[in-house]
Amino acid sequence: MSLATHEKQAAPILSGRVELREFPDWFSDQQRAAWKQFQSLPNPTRKDQAWRFANVNLLDLTRFKYGGTLTAEERAAILEQSRGLDDIAGRMIFAGDELIERDVISDQLKKRGVIFQSLERAMVEHTDLFRKHFMSQPAILGSAKFAALHQALVSSGTFLYVPRGVEIELPIEIFHWLNGENASVFPHLLLVTDELAKVTVIEHFRSLEVKSPGFACGVNDLVAGPGAKVTYVCAQNWADNVVALQMNTTTVDHDASAMSLNLNIGSRYSRFESLSRLIGEGGRSDLLAVAVAKHQQEFDARTLQDHISPHTASDLLYKNALDDRARTIFGGLIRVERHAHFADAYQKVRNLLLSDDAEANSMPGLEILADNVRCTHGATSGQIEEDQLFYLRSRGIPTKMAQRLLVTGFLDEVIQRVDHPAIAEHLHGLIEEKFARQVR
Amino acid sequence: MKTETPAIDIDRGKGDFFYPEAHVRDAGVGLSEKTIHYIAEVKEDPDWVREYRLRGLKTFLEKPLPTHWASKDLEAIDFDKIRYYLSPGTEPKRSWEEVPDDIKRTFERLGIPEQERKFLAGVEAQFDSEAVYSNIKKAVGEQGVIFVGSREGLKNYPEIFRKWFGKVIPIADNKFSALNSAVFSGGSFIYVPPGVKVKHPLQAYFRINAENFGQFERTLIIADEGSEVTYMEGCTAPKFNTPTLHSAVVELIALKGAKIQYITVQNWASNVFNLVTKRGLAQENAEVKWIDCNIGSRLTMKYPSVIMKGRKARGEVLSIALANDGQHQDTGAKMIHAADETTSNIVSKSISIGKGRATYRGLVHVPKHLKHCKNNTECDALLINATSRTDTYPAITVRGTGNAVQHEASVSQVSAEQIFYMQQRGLSEAQAMSLSVNGFVNDLVRQFPMEYSVELKRLIELEMEGSVG
Repeated sequence: MSLATHEKQAAPILSGRVELREFPDWFSDQQRAAWKQFQSLPNPTRKDQAWRFANVNLLDLTRFKYGGTLTAEERAAILEQSRGLDDIAGRMIFAGDELIERDVISDQLKKRGVIFQSLERAMVEHTDLFRKHFMSQPAILGSAKFAALHQALVSSGTFLYVPRGVEIELPIEIFHWLNGENASVFPHLLLVTDELAKVTVIEHFRSLEVKSPGFACGVNDLVAGPGAKVTYVCAQNWADNVVALQMNTTTVDHDASAMSLNLNIGSRYSRFESLSRLIGEGGRSDLLAVAVAKHQQEFDARTLQDHISPHTASDLLYKNALDDRARTIFGGLIRVERHAHFADAYQKVRNLLLSDDAEANSMPGLEILADNVRCTHGATSGQIEEDQLFYLRSRGIPTKMAQRLLVTGFLDEVIQRVDHPAIAEHLHGLIEEKFARQVR
Repeated sequence: MKTETPAIDIDRGKGDFFYPEAHVRDAGVGLSEKTIHYIAEVKEDPDWVREYRLRGLKTFLEKPLPTHWASKDLEAIDFDKIRYYLSPGTEPKRSWEEVPDDIKRTFERLGIPEQERKFLAGVEAQFDSEAVYSNIKKAVGEQGVIFVGSREGLKNYPEIFRKWFGKVIPIADNKFSALNSAVFSGGSFIYVPPGVKVKHPLQAYFRINAENFGQFERTLIIADEGSEVTYMEGCTAPKFNTPTLHSAVVELIALKGAKIQYITVQNWASNVFNLVTKRGLAQENAEVKWIDCNIGSRLTMKYPSVIMKGRKARGEVLSIALANDGQHQDTGAKMIHAADETTSNIVSKSISIGKGRATYRGLVHVPKHLKHCKNNTECDALLINATSRTDTYPAITVRGTGNAVQHEASVSQVSAEQIFYMQQRGLSEAQAMSLSVNGFVNDLVRQFPMEYSVELKRLIELEMEGSVG
């Protein structure tokens, strides 16, 4: 497309920052500063509490390169395969951080002030909103270095603004595709909802080639204004050799409610940092995640439910099903800040181990600095109950099938919480597909 | 085979502090190889112990403070200003009148008799305890039980001592175990022969009564096959103006079918850094149980551990922590499952008062290819004031199928309804609060030997005073 796309082709990302696009000066300055920060911050080690149990060796980024230009066939294949939900309010498809297709929102929504555009356009056309929210919260869950890398190299993404009182009934869909050997992407979603707005966004992370190694380093800023209702779903299905880092910050204002569901299916190593900041009274945040970990996969989830304001509620439920030599890490913290009384926080992680080599690490944490609170957390690790298996087999269901049913049932409790049948069906499909892949 | 054993009330501190020895030894201030050689000479250590100490020093100097996860308050310890060894007799003589008023009041409120008060305050009383000590030694000795100071253990029972010393907690386990390995002195050595069940608990009191003094006792308890023993320790210290360091290492070995129960009631003064490494090894069918109460100190970092090495071994930690103004109780437990069918249980209750901070840090590890291991962890925290703080940081690793691990924690405050109800019945708010807190820990305290549960309840009542309003 532009001249830049040729320059960036095949250059290793660590060899230096490439000016990918013509950005406003203030943004380019920020990027240059972020690159410096990335270079100055040390690589994480397992000794860092935020990286405990993590296989940090997988984070060697030397081989990863800027994505190349798409061929016409690749473009066609991506568009063909970008199938998610049937009924949507809008859609963007990115391949190698290039916006290749956009299904615009309805005129009616546009008329009511909904903005749905690329990040690079938003920084010009809606500078104030953009600057106010874009990466405004520091990455405090361990990946400050990679958040800096993201900021330095982000070249596109989605900007979605839902004005006061506007409810978008159908979900907004975003696809991010990796293609090419050792390619890297830096997905970004900046979602701002005003008072009493309502929106559901689903992001699909996918790879065009199943075998290609790749690197994804995404940041999402999700802002739920007063009384707003934001649902965010992430269907992570990168190829098996991909190393992925995702850092999401959700800010929940008074009487707002935010719900996030992360489904982890693909990648070699996927780290998902979710920071939920409850800044206004009556705010509520639901953090949900499901992981189906197989082979050598490692899923590393770090969360913080930060109760900054009194009368806030949060509820976390993470479930992992682990097979083969897979590993999962859950490092979660509920933090109730001083004076944030009447906090009601819950956190639960459940691991279902399906093989003798699978390993589940759980670190559910609490930091409570106020006294009038109700906080509980729990972590369990176990396996399929023999009784349940026996029951199903006595009904004539073969063992393999019975196991699958039980695992699906175990995970389904989380997916149902989103209360969106079409999304639930889509996620179920991804889980089923993964199970089917294994049989092959 | 049953021998009548009288109530055991051993003061091990006496061994360290009270003998009116002719030799006055003081290793001076600060830590260097010279200090180590001095200690080794004074204690007439065999060469392997001297080398062990030197390795400990090297490791201690190499290891950084663990402030990447632990409290930054550790930086307040000035290792160059600490006196690492004082042989008996060098401590300044103190009279009851010199004991600070707040300590005196504590003793009075505790209902500790005058004689014992003096002993706890570090004043005289050595001859009284001497008599008690001999009695116990005799009664237990008839069963073949060895209960001596670590120095005597090393001298008189080198073959048992050396076999197990440093085997459960290696020098390099952490910075403070390394420090202890370098400068340890004092502590108990206990060996219980096969099949012997020691009826009465063996007791020790620890006390720091010299300013700037670091106490580094080393305790080693070996329960041979099928034996049982309970060990109780109490810790107190007068309050000095400068921080004091207590860094002990305690190793327990429960051989096949043996049971060891280790009870601590820690009530150091609020300027003591209490950094202790405690770990037990449980062989087949053996049980190691830690009962750990932390009331005092400025910063306590202590995570009693059990390595369940034999099939069907059991580990248990019952922990109560009370953190008041200026205190940080960073306590917890570690359970390492290393054999099939091992079970462990952790119950932790903490109470934070005023600006106090209570932290639970736990580790549960079930490695590969183990079957039918179980762990249960419960952490409950009670917050009394708006400025109180509590944290929970467990880490649980489970590999493979066939094991069950569960962790639960909750944080709550004293229910206003309960307080209101009790006030209706004529109790003051403070009394009601105190009763409520005692109720919170009651199911744990009930498992303690009588005298400790009484002491603990009183200590809690004392700490609760003035926390209301």
